[in-house]
Amino acid sequence: MQRYKARAAVLSAIFMGLGQIYNRQFIKGLIFIAVEAAALFYFITNLGRAFWGITTLGESPSRLEKVKGIAKMVPGDHSIVILIESLITLLFFVLFLIVWYMNIRDAHKIGAERETGRPSNTFKQSVRYILDYKFAQSFLLLPGIGILFFTIMPIVFMIMLAFTNYAAPDHIPPARLVDWVGFETFRNLLVLKSWSHTFYGVLTWTIIWAVLSTITTYFGGMLVALLINQKGVRFKGMWRMILIIPYAVPQMISLLLMRNLFNGQFGPINQYLGYFGLGGLPWLTDPFWAKVTVIIVNMWVGIPVSMLLIMGVLTTIPRDMYEAAEVDGATNYQKFRIVTLPMILFSTAPTLIMQFAGNINNFNAIYLLTAGNPVNGNYQYAGSTDLLVTWLYKLTLDQNKNNMASAIGIILFIIVAGFSLYNYRRTKSFQEEDMIQ
Amino acid sequence: MITSRKLASFIRLGLSYIILVILAIAAIYPALWILLASFRPGKSLYSKTLIPDHFTLAHYKELFTSPVYMFGTWYANTLKIAVFSMLIGVVLTLLTSYALSRFRFKSRKTTMSTLLILGMFPGFMSMIAIYLLLKEFNLLDTHLALIIVYAAGAPLGGTLIAKGFLDTIPRSLDEAARIDGASNFGIFTRIILPLSRPMITYMALTQFVGPWVDFIFAKLILRTKENWTVAVGMWDMVNTMQNSNFTLFAAGAVLISVPIMILFGFLQRLLVDGLTAGASKG
Repeated sequence: MQRYKARAAVLSAIFMGLGQIYNRQFIKGLIFIAVEAAALFYFITNLGRAFWGITTLGESPSRLEKVKGIAKMVPGDHSIVILIESLITLLFFVLFLIVWYMNIRDAHKIGAERETGRPSNTFKQSVRYILDYKFAQSFLLLPGIGILFFTIMPIVFMIMLAFTNYAAPDHIPPARLVDWVGFETFRNLLVLKSWSHTFYGVLTWTIIWAVLSTITTYFGGMLVALLINQKGVRFKGMWRMILIIPYAVPQMISLLLMRNLFNGQFGPINQYLGYFGLGGLPWLTDPFWAKVTVIIVNMWVGIPVSMLLIMGVLTTIPRDMYEAAEVDGATNYQKFRIVTLPMILFSTAPTLIMQFAGNINNFNAIYLLTAGNPVNGNYQYAGSTDLLVTWLYKLTLDQNKNNMASAIGIILFIIVAGFSLYNYRRTKSFQEEDMIQ
Repeated sequence: MITSRKLASFIRLGLSYIILVILAIAAIYPALWILLASFRPGKSLYSKTLIPDHFTLAHYKELFTSPVYMFGTWYANTLKIAVFSMLIGVVLTLLTSYALSRFRFKSRKTTMSTLLILGMFPGFMSMIAIYLLLKEFNLLDTHLALIIVYAAGAPLGGTLIAKGFLDTIPRSLDEAARIDGASNFGIFTRIILPLSRPMITYMALTQFVGPWVDFIFAKLILRTKENWTVAVGMWDMVNTMQNSNFTLFAAGAVLISVPIMILFGFLQRLLVDGLTAGASKG
């Protein structure tokens, strides 16, 4: 009995690719060897510094030093740059470990096959095998890398920031260093009166806003789609064309436009109300009316999207379902309730949840329209219509309270993700997705 | 009996038309208002009537001739970024959604949950990190950086929606093709792609519109004025002028909106026409 698999695995563990070559898979082996060589070259220079950087966040701030009697600025460690550089290196290291592990497993598997007497695959056969049986995974690889570097890495970075004291005025690099402080930021945010009052206030409005804006746009869109799709309504194409217009106008433009339209002094809305003998309303300047305004404007912007989506679903509902319902003598309402509504909900449940999440984080709708104003004197750097997201933005860019902003971001994320994940796993399109097929 | 049913449907249709007309007015009015404002002489936001006394093209001329606004350059920049990020983004989204809809593999549900969760993280919270990352790779102030960021973000937003759509394409079509000897890739290009045209159009449009609208990332990454996109330019215009030159803003807004609206006009048939009706039986 030959012991190919153990030997191949050990060889691969020592240096990637050796096991493959031992298994007579030369091209694959050479590719692995090249990967390991590149990795060694990269990690020898970077890995040590990465571990040092992530634990200390730099040791010497920039300072004045006397060089030949003249005071000179000496650049020190920039904590934030060090943090992100270390993070990138560690990320590459994790990727490398995964490849290394896969390489060992591969060597082991091929070795085991050889023990049963099967010759190992040629390179061409390996490629074919991947295309036929690992198709989904190889399809996901490219988007996966993009997501890893442009989404996951930044998120990890921001989570780390919440545990530092990276905030104005005392800890802004390069003049000063940033340190790890543990949960202090969270404690301040949730317990310290000045911060917690703002936090709970803004949180409440964020939730009200997300629920109202999602419901209004979704059911508004459904209503419009059904109205147009009714039997007997003429000029379907024209209605659709007209009602898509708000969607076709770029969102940023339409929000800036609405800001002018609802302008309390010169805006046309109040002008028309005046024609009917009604006094103008403080659309954007009164805390309550500003909230009403953002929801109305969001309906204008959001209903066409839902309408298009639901119209798309409506066309995919098999006609025979309706025919069957008609044979059974169903009324229009019954057809809607038994056929249309479940089909719409089934197909759009993921969208609905994403819209809800999107609305919690709907930065543009608030920031471009009201910029979070009117100002609320009781709040810490926040206005009456500020969502957690816009507050966070102001904290980062205007106030430089980066650690506080990160902590808010994390809490926000936990709330949204927890709720949505629970909800999503229960929706049909997740559990019984093969139902329609 | 027949007449009462006719009456009922008459009332139903009448009400529907009334609601549709009201909705149509609400949908058109703001767009019409800004279009007319862009032709209005003067600078102010206030105007006595909706339709101006006489029309002028001065604001449009100013956008392209004034040395302060490099509108033409911004326009070309945005178009370039939009086209490329749309192409790459749509391909990436299609890859993920096809894999998730048609294949059953081990970590599949985990992948879906991960996508869902990541999509919920406030986008620009990653701003600082992405900024530093791009700086590491010397990509700041380049259009390539924006294209990469937009395209890499596309699968997060679009995958689950696209997957929901692909799920509704009957699997019997795949199986029929497989029996005829089609490979995975063949099924993807010959069956899934043509049948998901409405979905692709939808994704392409959202992806294309993104760069015209996004000013947060664009403002952060593009530093020199010649490299700006229209969104950054418009944002800057509104912010520095504090709405004191409303008609100029209106002209810019029209120039941004018109091509996108024309695109919508051409593609809207595709957007809504599901192509599966009867395909399974056909």
